[in-house]
Amino acid sequence: MAEIAIRNVTKTYGKTTIMQGVNLTIHNGEFVVILGPSGCGKSTLLRLIAGLEEITAGEIAIAGQVVNDLEPRERGCAMVFQNYALYPHMTVAENVGYALKVAGVPKAERMARVAETAKSVGLADFLDRKPGQLSGGQRQRVAMARAIIREPKVFLFDEPLSNLDAKLRVQMRHEIRRIHNQIKATSVFVTHDQHEGMTLADRLVVMNKGTIEQVGTPAEIYDRPASLYVAGFIGSPAMNFLPGQYSAARRAVVLEGGAVIGLPGDPGASDGQFVQLGIRPEHVALRAPGHGMIDARLEIVEDLGASRLWNLRIEDIPFSLITEARAHPPVGATTGLVLDLRHAHLFDGATGKRMETTLGALRAVPAQ
Amino acid sequence: MRRAHFKFSWIVPLLLAPQLLVIFTFFYWPSAQALYWAFTLEQPWGGGNTWVGLQNFRKVLSDPYYWGSVRVSVIYALATTVLAMGMALTLALFVDRQLAGYRAWRVGIIWPYAVAAPAVGLAFNFVFNPGAGIFSVINTLSPGWWDLSKYPWQAVTAIVIAGAWKQVAYSFIFFLAALQSIPRSLTEAAAMDGARPLRRMIDLQLPLLTPTFFFLLVINITDSFTDSFGIVDTLTGGGPFRATDLMVYKIYSDGFRGFDYSGAAAQSIILMCLVMALTFIQFRYVERRVHYT
Repeated sequence: MAEIAIRNVTKTYGKTTIMQGVNLTIHNGEFVVILGPSGCGKSTLLRLIAGLEEITAGEIAIAGQVVNDLEPRERGCAMVFQNYALYPHMTVAENVGYALKVAGVPKAERMARVAETAKSVGLADFLDRKPGQLSGGQRQRVAMARAIIREPKVFLFDEPLSNLDAKLRVQMRHEIRRIHNQIKATSVFVTHDQHEGMTLADRLVVMNKGTIEQVGTPAEIYDRPASLYVAGFIGSPAMNFLPGQYSAARRAVVLEGGAVIGLPGDPGASDGQFVQLGIRPEHVALRAPGHGMIDARLEIVEDLGASRLWNLRIEDIPFSLITEARAHPPVGATTGLVLDLRHAHLFDGATGKRMETTLGALRAVPAQ
Repeated sequence: MRRAHFKFSWIVPLLLAPQLLVIFTFFYWPSAQALYWAFTLEQPWGGGNTWVGLQNFRKVLSDPYYWGSVRVSVIYALATTVLAMGMALTLALFVDRQLAGYRAWRVGIIWPYAVAAPAVGLAFNFVFNPGAGIFSVINTLSPGWWDLSKYPWQAVTAIVIAGAWKQVAYSFIFFLAALQSIPRSLTEAAAMDGARPLRRMIDLQLPLLTPTFFFLLVINITDSFTDSFGIVDTLTGGGPFRATDLMVYKIYSDGFRGFDYSGAAAQSIILMCLVMALTFIQFRYVERRVHYT
């Protein structure tokens, strides 16, 4: 078990910069999920920690020891790969026990530990099989067992669930969390799936284009996204954004179509400043046309079972809301909307940063 | 699985015809001719062959020179195969590790495959020449010690080296391709598991190479039995004292120099059966130990 300190880490390939000045501390025993779209540098960060890539500048320390110049085997990390990377010519037992074999653990002890580890992940009956004879979920378990058996200080997961079907993915997610709660090793889990991020993480790290956008608990990130990017990335269906200008006199956002949305608190924006008003689909209510804050035109309704997702347009801006109402007007009809402004977010139109000054008054902040 | 069905069309035989014609002209017809010659004898002044049954085979198999030829062919096949595959594997492992300059080496190592066997023989003629070649240095130290036209073992060594040199390229391409098709994450997983490069090679790369290894074994052994003519002809001419008279070379010298067509035809049939038997044995007994994944 160990703390991982990432200080000012930069990674370049030739002239391409993959990662720029990343700082992050992962506490002992913490489960951190690095979330971001493909190409944002999240896997590279994981590989830098593992020692599979060389750090261009900055340093990484594991348990207080700078590991920049250490080989992967000297860093005390275990990794679960996206495609599992099982040794195809070895049985499950040989796969799981390989690290111990390399380390020179005597055969009797090795076999005992393999059996014990395999049992803990539900593989006891498959020890003599080859990876080719296993299902996707079973291979995933072998990869987990191979990592667990080494009793590593740090667990690294590189999108380990992305090759599984939806049902198995949820099941393995719970399994991974259960194992973490049991052995409490520091874990870093990379994914592009926000559901995995939200459900697994003690803390989430949202990355974009080689930099960290925001670090926080899943609730913090969902409730107080630090930037337009994070606000748009986290949450499904995605947050709506209404561009407009701030009017200090009216303490309101004047939308491009002329509609005025009055704000309940002072966002600290200057008069005439270009802003983006963000609101999640679940914080919008329906009214009769002309009776809400703003009118919208219905484009399509998607039935989600428990609720319905309305896709609308306000002028030309796409906008969505979730409602439990079953009846819906025909496509092309106009409807009125009420935004629950306690849950609204305001972002600087130029920088995309969250406007914080007294925005707390805009929304209900969960009691700390 | 659904199978595609095609309607019969005259296009099909038309497109197949050129290839079939080539195979027929240069394989089936000569093979049939060899079979015919092997069981017959031509009359002294021409004018038809007479059926002699197994007499040609009996004669060949009771000839001590023939058994000498078989012995040296087997030695040659085993030695060139082991040498060529060993060299090819070593080189491929280094190129795969992407040591400095590996791109240039890769091209350089593949090149010999494009050189025709007689050209290889000629080139090695210069290398092994006791008077002027690279090996002549030995003779300045110990005069007369190196001369492959005098010492049988030196002649055999020379054709083995030349033959192996030519075959390295072919095996190298396949070994390298196989090494590069091993997913990188496997190597990385082994590195995380604590295995150093040498250990990874023994535990991971070599076992995963076994299908390629088996394929190359079959190809190399077959090649060294049937494709060694050019090297022997240009380098040693079968000598000294028939020491490098490989089976394929003896077929040529008996048939076209000794004008014993029927004897040469019988030897061709024996060689063909031998190669087929060897290939069968390899598939039957060696392939069992191959991991296909």
